[in-house]
Amino acid sequence: MAKEAKMHKQHRGLSNAIAYVVLVIISIIWLFPFVCIVLQSFRSYATELGGMVDYLVPKQFSLDNYKYLFSDDCQFFRWYGNTLIIASCVAVLQTIVILCVSYALSRTRFKLRRALMNFWLVLGMFPGFLTMICLYFLLKNFGLTQSGAIPGLILISVASSGMGYYVCKGFFDTIPRSLDEAALIDGASKMRIFLTMIVPLSKPIVIYTALTAFMAPWCDYVFASYVAFGSSDNYNVAVALYRWVNTTDYQGFFTRFCAGGVLVAVPITILFMALQKYYVEGVTGGAVKG
Amino acid sequence: MNSNNDGFFKKVGKGIANFFKWIGNDFKEIGVTFAEGDWKTRLSFLIMGFGPILRKSFAKGIALLAIEVAYIYYMVSFGAAYIAQLPTLGTVETHMDPNTMLTVYGDNSFLILLFGLLSIFATLGFIFVWRMNVRENRKEELLIRNGHPVPSAKQDLLSLLDSNIDKTLLALPLTGIFVFTVLPIVFMVCVAFTNYDKNHQSPSKLFTWVGLDNFKQIFSFGGSQFGNTFVKVLIWTLVWAFFATFLNYFVGMAVAILINKKGIKFKKLWRTILVMTIAIPQFVSLLYVSKMFANDGLINSYLMKWGVISSRIEFWSDPMLARITIILINLWIGIPYMMLIATGLLMNIPADLYESARIDGANAVQMFFKITLPYMFFVTGPFLLTQFTGNLNNFNVIFLLTGGGPYQGYSDSAGSTDLLITWLYKMTVNDTNYRMAAVIGIMVFLVTAIISLVVYNILPSVKDEEGFQ
Repeated sequence: MAKEAKMHKQHRGLSNAIAYVVLVIISIIWLFPFVCIVLQSFRSYATELGGMVDYLVPKQFSLDNYKYLFSDDCQFFRWYGNTLIIASCVAVLQTIVILCVSYALSRTRFKLRRALMNFWLVLGMFPGFLTMICLYFLLKNFGLTQSGAIPGLILISVASSGMGYYVCKGFFDTIPRSLDEAALIDGASKMRIFLTMIVPLSKPIVIYTALTAFMAPWCDYVFASYVAFGSSDNYNVAVALYRWVNTTDYQGFFTRFCAGGVLVAVPITILFMALQKYYVEGVTGGAVKG
Repeated sequence: MNSNNDGFFKKVGKGIANFFKWIGNDFKEIGVTFAEGDWKTRLSFLIMGFGPILRKSFAKGIALLAIEVAYIYYMVSFGAAYIAQLPTLGTVETHMDPNTMLTVYGDNSFLILLFGLLSIFATLGFIFVWRMNVRENRKEELLIRNGHPVPSAKQDLLSLLDSNIDKTLLALPLTGIFVFTVLPIVFMVCVAFTNYDKNHQSPSKLFTWVGLDNFKQIFSFGGSQFGNTFVKVLIWTLVWAFFATFLNYFVGMAVAILINKKGIKFKKLWRTILVMTIAIPQFVSLLYVSKMFANDGLINSYLMKWGVISSRIEFWSDPMLARITIILINLWIGIPYMMLIATGLLMNIPADLYESARIDGANAVQMFFKITLPYMFFVTGPFLLTQFTGNLNNFNVIFLLTGGGPYQGYSDSAGSTDLLITWLYKMTVNDTNYRMAAVIGIMVFLVTAIISLVVYNILPSVKDEEGFQ
């Protein structure tokens, strides 16, 4: 008996050792690109130029690339600001829209409710880029392209966000209805129930919604490049950095791209890590409810 | 499977029958309202809101009247002209007058189509409001007949915060979705039936209806026809979605199990390392990774330096290799996400299931296949479906890694790693081939819809929505 237990223990020890090895390998693979980006961003532009090289660790560390980003030659911080403005506005407005839609669909029963949900489901099956040119001309009619690209992008992101109600409505559905009924008996209006009861109770999902809405514009290359085309003052960081990497001259801008990438990634990563708990809650909740 | 399909068609048939029944009832109700109504109600059929205003329900009445005025003004000053031109999409091309040598601006097909559709929608909306107007009149008359007071303007407005809150909350989101999603989609579906491409660019040139010509082109095979490229791209899209979904699913689950294994320390650390890929914007990480695998990138350089290979591996130039590389790199993106989800779900599996299995002498592998996997499949069925359809349209990974290339043996600027969605993007932005882009868009919709429908019917009983509450 004792011998068996010992064997079992040995077996567990061995399998744990293998598990650790696998986990360490996984960690290395997952961290490798990030380590590379950070290392390259510190490569000296003066002595080693800004292209791609066949070694990883810079021969000489310097802040050349960061200095360039802060210098007057480069509009990086204007682009950064643009993206920050877009992301903040989208995060706030989109969260409000999604909360309103979710409450209406979860707590009220109107005539075409099912039909509306099915209709949105079908609409969601059309690829987003299909409507790109039409949206572009719509925005152009309102003067919201090129120099008006920033409000234009905010408008587009917020306008259709009501269709992304699934996770939030799923959460509202789990809040017991008896709470609503008790409040109704006490004479509260439905608006009051929504604002003072449901929203505070849904803090995790509110944070999840705002967080995902905030992060999306940082990656928005396609539509942003189309709407802001030719107006470099109104680029967002994704458009600007993509151009740095994919111009014919990218060799010169490669390390600068890395430096810019680091400046974009660090704050977002910190924010994400701080709110990770809520993100996990939203993602798993959404997956189960589908 | 068969019975499910029967069920589906029966459902559709029932839906259609219900629809006509509903229309019939609606007409009957309108008739009754007119026949039994007083002169205020009857006049309201023509002048909307007339009845409510005379019955001192001002807020409602004035709103209805304002809508009617606005609609008529819109149609007379603007909309009607566009609707009239819809059948031809314009007849006068922008040209130079030979006598005066001045440019004469002609019709703009794009705007005719767009505003024509908008006007049609406005008309449909108007009919809907008119119907509401009739119903409100009926409601008020019945209230008066039974001796109840008609709600005052204040009551009407307050009800928007209470019993009618759904209208308040949904008004803006619905408008947004209509203008920026529904209208553009209908517009592009119409474009699929026109010859709007780089030879027919508005405003300088006209485009017009061509019927099913574009769809014929997509099914024209042989040589370097459009149809061949379409089929190749479609197959790769499906293959990609399959691997991207299921590889990520299983490997991600395996990683989650590994991290949650008894006796493994620093669980939080491992998780955090993986989750970083979600946090860092994809355009930073994926653009970098794409350069890492380039011919002169880090991977090739180091492999050559260490003497593992003698010549460069052309990750992005060889079609097959590019596809495999993309699928593998996508694991790097997808595993953390799946790991998070699986971690949450695995903890929900009742521990006593494993306990009793262990007593029965099951080993770890058996337990995985008999308990873990069936449970996960059951719970994540809908999730897998959304993942799959999401991957069909996974633009970022393809676009940032290869941009669709390498380009050999494809027509119309498609490449070996192009998904339908990236191809659509290129056709829109680079080739301005809007008509074929619209056709591809419709195809993407059809593929998504068919797969969703079939899988949805296979899935174990779709949960009763109300049951959760």
